[in-house]
Amino acid sequence: MIPSNGLGKGAMRVGFFVTCLVDLMRPSIGFAALRLLEGGGAEVYVPPGQTCCGQPAYNSGDRRDAIDLARKVIDEFEACDYLVAPSGSCSGMIRTHYEELFADDAAAQARARALAEKTWELTRFLVEVLKVADVPGRFDGTVTYHDCCAGLREMGVKSQPRALLAHVRGLTVREMAEPETCCGFGGTFAVKFGEISGRLADNKCGHVAASGADAVVMGDLGCMLNVEGRLRRRGDARTRVLHVAEVLAGDGRPAEG
Amino acid sequence: MQIASMHFKSRARSNMNDAQLQANLRKMQGKFVAKRRASLTELDDFEGTRDAGMAIRQRALDDLDAWLALFEQNAVRAGATVLWAETPADVNALVLEIARRHGVRKIIKSKSMVSEESGLDQAIEAAGLTVVETDLGEYILQINGYEPPSHIIGPALHKSKEEVAELFHRKHGTPLKTGIEELCLEARGVLREHYLTADMGISGGNFFIAETGSVLLVTNEGNATLGTTLPRVHVAISGIEKVVPTLEDAATLMRLLPRSATGQSISNYVDVLTGVRREGESHGAEAMYFILVDSGRAGVLGSEVREALRCIRCGACMNHCPVYQNVGGHSYGWVYPGPIGSILTPMYAGLEHAHDLPAASTLCNQCGVVCPVRIPLPDLQRKLREMAFERRLRPWPERMGVRAWAWVAKRPSLYALATRIGARALRFLGGRDGTIRRLPLAGGWTQERDFPAPSGRTFRELYAKRGGGRR
Ligand code: SF4
Repeated sequence: MIPSNGLGKGAMRVGFFVTCLVDLMRPSIGFAALRLLEGGGAEVYVPPGQTCCGQPAYNSGDRRDAIDLARKVIDEFEACDYLVAPSGSCSGMIRTHYEELFADDAAAQARARALAEKTWELTRFLVEVLKVADVPGRFDGTVTYHDCCAGLREMGVKSQPRALLAHVRGLTVREMAEPETCCGFGGTFAVKFGEISGRLADNKCGHVAASGADAVVMGDLGCMLNVEGRLRRRGDARTRVLHVAEVLAGDGRPAEG
Repeated sequence: MQIASMHFKSRARSNMNDAQLQANLRKMQGKFVAKRRASLTELDDFEGTRDAGMAIRQRALDDLDAWLALFEQNAVRAGATVLWAETPADVNALVLEIARRHGVRKIIKSKSMVSEESGLDQAIEAAGLTVVETDLGEYILQINGYEPPSHIIGPALHKSKEEVAELFHRKHGTPLKTGIEELCLEARGVLREHYLTADMGISGGNFFIAETGSVLLVTNEGNATLGTTLPRVHVAISGIEKVVPTLEDAATLMRLLPRSATGQSISNYVDVLTGVRREGESHGAEAMYFILVDSGRAGVLGSEVREALRCIRCGACMNHCPVYQNVGGHSYGWVYPGPIGSILTPMYAGLEHAHDLPAASTLCNQCGVVCPVRIPLPDLQRKLREMAFERRLRPWPERMGVRAWAWVAKRPSLYALATRIGARALRFLGGRDGTIRRLPLAGGWTQERDFPAPSGRTFRELYAKRGGGRR
């Protein structure tokens, strides 16, 4: 299923899960992640038919559709050595929830478990598997890092993005108050409970603003859209909202293709 | 208690616009979170203690029948009577029956959340008896016309001291006070009189200890100590899930409960009460009753959210919940607010009356990481979402939206086409500055914030153009 590669036997084959949000909303994050993975020595394979991990269905209580989409992801990625996603939320879905979806089907569950065990969030994979120390990025200014919930509490992402950001030339990290408090995104929650979600986002924006950073950096696009949308609505046109991969791979400016 | 959980959204809105309430909530949150964190450092192995606490509670639930039978046997041996209440109405009927049997006219009560489920105070008053709440928070709510509690540990935490001062001034006819200490003294003066003249004391029960037939009570004001030993009759009311096998088990849980609740190493008072007053004993009730309440708990035990019954009612999940912190306890519309309330309310009072509660969560899992008995609260919220989805309780556009999305996502070519169109449409809507200020079908989003528009090409499109995927 995976095209043969020119690297010969032994090269690490990383299946890249773009995530549906990055695919649709901000492809630059996907390309930045590819650069980082390839720069770290991985051979990256991008299954062309991939769509969504099924989390929107799962979290809405639509278990049957979530199972169908999980099966699809397992089919597409199980032959890879690793599955890496530029998102704590989508990688967390695969890593911590797929297995439970197949509670009634032992064979499928074993496959789900096998995939879960080799599923990683991007920054943690770069640090702990690829042992990346040097990154190409350059950023002249201060950034503050927001810990997205699933990355932090499902995928153990906390020190890794900060360690990588420390290697970006010109960049200083300045922590905001309560970096671990949820920004209020929560997927469809942001639409179903817009006012509550907006209030949580506003609290987060207050902390970002108080940090005085030039940019707020995080590892999940859903949270980025939420925070950016609220910052702009508050009248803040200055503070940039960037994915950690964009900052690590370049200067944080969109660079597509 | 009447359930009002279907008004969650509108209540949340008005609470978020209530400046006084917001100030009170912020104050409380800072205090609870910081104190809890500080108190955990005293334990060598907090995570290990959590594991032990979880195992104890799970063991009790796995054999609930057997532990309850053992509890009953030992409680009866110590001279108490054990009664079982299947419904909230049964709780009220049993209490009134006990009161009648002992010629009771006045009842004092320390905190019992279970009695809120059945509206016990109102039932007692309707029967022509007097009831006085002695927990300061509960007392405040009672004299304010039975205002509902907003928190399981501090039922009146939503009130500032100025609001309480004003209430006391109005209800007691005393001069307006300003200090917390003065207010406490005033309440104490009023309550002392009732302690001395009450015939019966009602308490909750933090744990029922099977091996000894005892009830363990945790308070900071000492009101349960007085309220259960001064009157002739003591009635302890709590849910059947509160049983633990041994005293040792209760001791382990007590290492977790006060720390998780208020950040105290131990609460000011811990009472372990066993049986009636015996010959030669200086105090204690002459008659002791336990009312063990089902009211939906057996149903939870047989359900997919059974882990919720491990709860030891510390309140940490709500203290740390970003939604609770902003909307306050009253938004949830029943006895138990916050993350644990979002599970218990639909299970005890009906999912059809409360399906907004498990949906009103970002699933951030801040609650799950602080819960001392490791209840996976977001997983349970998701289970309830599944039940609501299956029963078609959620609005149909919501259900159809997710089904339609999934239907397309299962068909890669169609999906590719749909996302290409979508990316371009969104880019168009974004206009010159790439910002969407109103998005059809997502008014909940754009009412509160802009929607940053995409660049107009999907990743897969661009990647294919680069020759990717065909290497
Ligand atoms: S669910 Fe856990 S954190 Fe919440 S009140 Fe119960 S024991 Fe405490």
